[in-house]
Parts: sequence; structure tokens; C-alpha cells
Amino acid sequence: MALEDIFSVAGSALNAQTTRMNTTASNLANAATVAGSEDGAFRAKRAVFKSILADQMGDSSAGGIKVDKLIDDPSPIRKMSEPGNPLADKDGYIYLSNVNEMTEMVEMMAASRSYQNNVEVVNTTRQLMMRTVDMIKS
Amino acid sequence: MNMIDNALGVHAQALSVRSRRMELLGLNIANSDTPNFKAKDVDFKSVLQATQTSSLSITNKGHVLLTASGSPDGEMYRIPFDTSFDGNTVEMNVEQAKFGQAAADYQATLNILESRIGGIRKALRGD
Repeated sequence: MALEDIFSVAGSALNAQTTRMNTTASNLANAATVAGSEDGAFRAKRAVFKSILADQMGDSSAGGIKVDKLIDDPSPIRKMSEPGNPLADKDGYIYLSNVNEMTEMVEMMAASRSYQNNVEVVNTTRQLMMRTVDMIKS
Repeated sequence: MNMIDNALGVHAQALSVRSRRMELLGLNIANSDTPNFKAKDVDFKSVLQATQTSSLSITNKGHVLLTASGSPDGEMYRIPFDTSFDGNTVEMNVEQAKFGQAAADYQATLNILESRIGGIRKALRGD
């Protein structure tokens, strides 16, 4: 029966979207962090999704989706002259994170909408399943 | 058993095809952000026709059930309206619409089955 498989598929998607939203929250929280070197500066993280095939999840399932890896945002690190900062390097520069708040907000909205879509799939499937079960009721 | 099969007709098989279609559409929605994921759908007509053609039976492993789409379970890749940068062909609005339609189709088949079962029950009771 295929209807039950939808729950595992949508569940794995909910999980993946939660990880994506977590990543966004971490990026936003770290937006104002500074570092004393370019290598030490915080780089925004992005979740990359990957679909899993049915046989990798066990035989009773239709597959799903998982977070494949977290990658660093490639946009450049900004540096700022602030000689008074205790973290500043010998030339008086501090290195800011490359988090763009606007991008993160958009990312958060996208993750939230995808999450809602999957919740809706679960709801519809549950209703249909209940009706299928009720079919044999007198 | 034969009587019940006759009474339910094609709709019992239709229900499983419909639920398979909902599963695929759910998979598409789940993978809406997966790079290089290709959206799939079921060609309902060809699958149902394949379940109906009993003139050719599969007696050997090498025999292949032929459907219009070429795939034995009738799965086809969706042709997207627009292309995307990450190679993903899921278009969320299209999938939402199709999922809603598939849910309605499933309910329609359920309604038919319900009334058929009601008929059998009435005949068995005899009142």
C-alpha cells in the first residue's frame, strides 16, 4: 500500500527542511561575529539536499530526502579597519562574517513554505487514509 | 470472492494506481529543493489499461508489460515549463495542483467503492 509511504517521504522532507531552517538560524545568529583573520571569519552555511532511493531506506518505504552536506557560502569576507578592537590583526583590521541578512530571511521563508507544503501533504494523506479505513465500516 | 471482484470492477485496481500516483506527487513535493531531482508522474490511463489487458499473460521473466510510456509501472518524467539553475524540475505550484487533483480522484474512487460495498451489504442482508 502506497499511502503509508507518503508519511515517511514527507517526514524525511520535514526533517531536512528543519535542518535548513536551523542552518539559517545559526547564520543569522552569527551575522555580527568578527574574527582576527580571514580564515577564522564566520562563513554562512548552506544545506544541500539529496534524495534517497527506496532500497536505502529499507524495503517498506518509497525513499525520501536527506541533507547531503553543509557547504560554506562562497561570497567574500569583508574586512574593516578597527584598530581599537582586541581581535584586530597587526594592521588594525577585523574580519566580518559573510552572512547577508536579506539572503537568510529569504532562505528562511523558502524553508518555511516547503515545510508547510509537506505538512499539507501529510494532512491530505491522513484524511484519505481515514476514509479508506472507514470504507469497511457499516 | 468472485462476486465481490465483479462488484468492485476496475475500481479496486484504480485505487492502488491512484495511491501510487499520490505517493509520487508527495515525493516530488518533498524533493522540491533537491538539486538535479527530476519530477515524476504516473500515466493513469496506460497503467490502468495494462492491468486490464489479460489476453497476454506474463509466463516468462523476459516478458515485459508494455505500456504507452514504455515504463512497466507507467512512471514518466515531467516536462517542466521552465528550467532551473540546479537542474530540479519540480515546480511547486504545478505539483500542488496535481496533488489536489490526485486527492480528489482518490476520493472519487473511494466514493464509488463505498457505494458498491453498500450494495453488496444490502444484498447480503436482504432487508
